[in-house]
Amino acid sequence: MLAPNSDYLALQNLYSDYATCLDDGHLEEWPEFFLDECEYRIQPRENYERSLPLSIMWLESKGMLKDRVYGVRNTLYHDPYYQRHVVSAPRVTRIAGGEIRSEANYLVLRIKRDELPEILNVGRYIDTVRETPDGLKFKARLCIFDSELIQNSIIYPI
Amino acid sequence: MLNHDDSSAIPQWTHDGSSRIPFWVYTNPTVYERELERVFYSKHWNYVGLEAEIPNHGDFKRTKLGERSIILARDADGAVNAVENICAHRGAQFCRERFGNNKEFLCPYHQWTYDLKGNLLGVPFRRGLKKGGEVRGGMPADFSIADHPLTKLKVAVRNGVIFASFDHDVEPLEDYVGPEILPYFDRTFDGRRLKVIGYSRQRISSNWKLMQENIKDPYHVGLLHTWFVMFGLIRGDQKSHLVMDAHGRHGVMASTREAVDGGEATKGLNSFKQDMKLNDTRIIDIKPEPWWNGPTVVMLTLFPNLIVQQQSNSMSTRQIMPRGTGAFDFVWTHFGFENDDQDMALRRLRQANMFGPAGYVSADDGEVLEFCQDSYEQDTNHIAIAEQGGKDWGPSNHVITENVLRGMYAYWRKVMEI
Repeated sequence: MLAPNSDYLALQNLYSDYATCLDDGHLEEWPEFFLDECEYRIQPRENYERSLPLSIMWLESKGMLKDRVYGVRNTLYHDPYYQRHVVSAPRVTRIAGGEIRSEANYLVLRIKRDELPEILNVGRYIDTVRETPDGLKFKARLCIFDSELIQNSIIYPI
Repeated sequence: MLNHDDSSAIPQWTHDGSSRIPFWVYTNPTVYERELERVFYSKHWNYVGLEAEIPNHGDFKRTKLGERSIILARDADGAVNAVENICAHRGAQFCRERFGNNKEFLCPYHQWTYDLKGNLLGVPFRRGLKKGGEVRGGMPADFSIADHPLTKLKVAVRNGVIFASFDHDVEPLEDYVGPEILPYFDRTFDGRRLKVIGYSRQRISSNWKLMQENIKDPYHVGLLHTWFVMFGLIRGDQKSHLVMDAHGRHGVMASTREAVDGGEATKGLNSFKQDMKLNDTRIIDIKPEPWWNGPTVVMLTLFPNLIVQQQSNSMSTRQIMPRGTGAFDFVWTHFGFENDDQDMALRRLRQANMFGPAGYVSADDGEVLEFCQDSYEQDTNHIAIAEQGGKDWGPSNHVITENVLRGMYAYWRKVMEI
């Protein structure tokens, strides 16, 4: 399915565009990186590795992603902050059935007003990506984080 | 133990009662040392875990009581033991994993071993090393294995929930919880087998008491948490009641969900969003459970370190572990019941989106606690007001009040002699 170079570049761009969207604070565009039927979760590594299903954020459809954006914008009172993603090049683990399985390490910094930068979250994306007429979209994006002890809160998606 | 307790280092509490709280109660190191001694390490029970976390012989869990590292272990006879994670020899904190299984404790430094009750079993080269008819080393003749166990804690288990105390003279757990609160505890924990569904861990930069206050303060719930109000999960005008134990230290808020629309409780609320509609309502799709017996929400605070959450179908224990005056660790253990069907298991997981470090109605609690602590550290002489609903404390049939919080400080002042 994937020819070398150009298709890998498309995947790399998906990762980069996703990170840029969040770093720029364009939350309303974030759900558009996903299929309508999709899964997004932010889950501590200890739960993931012990097959404990709890996540700190578990969204099961694009509708739920949109609701999260609305919730963050309109209901969830929080200290304002920038975030900055540093994401490794995706590692393709499997291509089959019209889907790409890929993973990447990520480091997300949080920068609050008048504070020094701090590590908000560090972990691994585990992704399922599909090709659509509008380009590559996430069918699933799992953010499995090593930084199990969270410095207070995580408001925006990562 | 550290003993910095010097009364002259504690300022005067200037107002009567407990409705005006000076900022220094959240910042003063002498106050904090006294809290560790009097509230965490003596005369009180602390929540430390669930039996479901250590079901089998040899299963252990490492956690903290106050600032002290402890280990829970399931013994061969099925009992739950709790010991301090300090080797009797050189004091190494030998247990490093959060969970595991072993039949004895081993300190890696000099391989002293202990049984699961904390009794010292073996000391390498206790009689010395024999070489060529010569004995090298060895512990002194008067060294007694029996005299050097790990520090053992008193343990109480009620319906699957484990409490511990460093104080072996602490009152029985049931008396400690008290007849007013116990029925609410038993409502969730009635002996059904629990199933842990995962953990969330937070470090919050505020004094530990602010977390107890937050759950003892239903005044904020319908104001800060727009999400709750919008979907009628908790509102100021719902049928509610507040219960306290005779000391004022523990509390319960029970509330029953009613029809969702505007109404008195939402008038003048900046945070109320009349037009808020979810694209996907599964997160708030609630299925009443027979054991609720009425309330759709019961939040229980057991002083000093436990919050038990039943919010619709989502349940958790939340454990407070203080770290100095200005921070605490907060561990959420979400659970269901072993006999939950797949539908209920999914509901519990979905609704968990409202809680924890990213939760729609919990992330903002952590945020505002930090905002408070920031101020407390800037001007310790300032005084906070807790007079919604009056100045006294006692049971209430509504939630527009801070009386449970005042109850806690009435008790705290007595125990702390402040």
